[in-house]
Amino acid sequence: MALRMWASSTANALKLSSSASKSHLLPAFSISRCFSSVLEGLKYATSHEWVKHDGSVATIGITDHAQDHLGEVVFVELPEEKSSVSKEKNFGAVESVKATSEILSPISGEVIEVNTKLTDSPGLINSSPYEDGWMIKVKPSNPAELETLMGSKEYTKFCEEEDAAH
Amino acid sequence: MRGGSLWQLGQSITRRLAQSDKKPLSPRRHFASGADLKKTALYDFHVAHGGKMVPFAGWSMPIQYKDSIIDSTVNCRVNGSLFDVAHMCGLSLKGKDCVPFLETLVVADVAGLAPGTGSLTVFTNEKGGAIDDSVITKVTDEHIYLVVNAGCRDKDLAHIEEHMKAFKSKGGDVSWHIHDERSLLALQGPLAAPVLQHLTKEDLSKLYFGQFQILDINGSTCFLTRTGYTGEDGFEISVPSEHAVDLAKAILEKSEGKVRLTGLGARDSLRLEAGLSLYGNDMEQHISPVEAGLTWAIGKRRRAEGGFLGADVILKQLEDEPTIRRVRFFSSGPPARSHSEVHDENGNKIGEITSGGFSPNLKKNIAMGYVKSGQHKNGTKVKILVRGKPYEGNITKMPFVATKYYKPT
Repeated sequence: MALRMWASSTANALKLSSSASKSHLLPAFSISRCFSSVLEGLKYATSHEWVKHDGSVATIGITDHAQDHLGEVVFVELPEEKSSVSKEKNFGAVESVKATSEILSPISGEVIEVNTKLTDSPGLINSSPYEDGWMIKVKPSNPAELETLMGSKEYTKFCEEEDAAH
Repeated sequence: MRGGSLWQLGQSITRRLAQSDKKPLSPRRHFASGADLKKTALYDFHVAHGGKMVPFAGWSMPIQYKDSIIDSTVNCRVNGSLFDVAHMCGLSLKGKDCVPFLETLVVADVAGLAPGTGSLTVFTNEKGGAIDDSVITKVTDEHIYLVVNAGCRDKDLAHIEEHMKAFKSKGGDVSWHIHDERSLLALQGPLAAPVLQHLTKEDLSKLYFGQFQILDINGSTCFLTRTGYTGEDGFEISVPSEHAVDLAKAILEKSEGKVRLTGLGARDSLRLEAGLSLYGNDMEQHISPVEAGLTWAIGKRRRAEGGFLGADVILKQLEDEPTIRRVRFFSSGPPARSHSEVHDENGNKIGEITSGGFSPNLKKNIAMGYVKSGQHKNGTKVKILVRGKPYEGNITKMPFVATKYYKPT
């Protein structure tokens, strides 16, 4: 337990990288278990989803911290295109070897694209949570919701506190 | 994400593995703190090897190490795995009457076991349900060695003690010794025998599946049973706890790293692939061994004579057929999990899943559960409800992965 808390707080203090560059994402489980990466420029929900807002499109996925705790993903359930998502409401599920977790949308809007690669390669969520493992693209219906989300520094601290509470 | 907070995800993993916990996810603060959990002799060894420790049945146990649960599960069948199962409870029953005594509590034909052989059996209750499953071994006519589940330890020991008192008060000669001075390790997979052979002078090629021996391994006196919970060839080794770490180190070294320390996460995937029940999921107090597909474990003589708790109920089920049966499923979509409903093709509920997950070796979803008798035939098409949506599945008879028990040809 002590080893884990040390690693987690050290790691979270260090890991901020720009999302503009093709960020070198930590590849294997053995490394990412200790050092979760948090990208600058993204917004984060307390339920561990990230949002990348690019003009009128918001891309959503789960964070490195989330995939690390979940373990290997074996199945992902995503909504259909044209369906709507609501802030803090469930839009799908992620199944790992041993557990199921619902995914909550950080913002409200209409789903305009779904990452179909995740059907055959659910493991992309583990290997590339911020890039190839993206889940849905949404047209935000209420951009003000983005302001209520956390920035990278806040999210890093949030994860640290959550881990330390155990 | 929701399933609780992320930490509760880790806990929900253990919840699925936990023996008796049926409560919904409770807030973090209700979990036992690190200080309350028991540690095995290998605790520090696990942490030093990257073990991810989680609470399990009151112990702090490794759910996995640095490799993923999937890789670990595959490695067991390709090379081998070493598990710390010291949380399980080993005990010896001794005395002139230990065999007839045990027969009042289990369905096995203990008297019929040859010395040095053992079997899986079930401790039954008055209603014919299962209190626990256990591997029992008749060492000699006056010594039985058995191992029970960690999560059932208190319940089982109280049950055995109560009946032992009554048996003794009628003049029976039986006593017990609980082996808390020993640690149980499980070594499984194709390399199990070759690796273990390096550590003992006894010829392991003469020890077949289900057989037992007391022998020197790596310099200490161990109880060795050729058995396991993975479907692979392998052994359970009861070693004096002060030598447990040395033995674990020796096993890993002799295998040149091919046999890996493996955690409870992979252990659960392996036993599911082998079609083996987990008490607390696939077997419970209200499920009889007949319903659980363990009729083969009820000795022939016991079927004629009874003499174990709940015999009237069980013998009737053998005559009339039980109303439900344990079966195995393949399914598409998300993995079917415990408590998912099983429907027939017309949407009528016919049963429930009791264990399920993704099989790393088969790369498909596998599950076990109970369905109404009559609906249990191999090939029956079903629909399994996951999060309210039905997914296609079918009942399959085979153990999912063929077993490789070492038996005489």
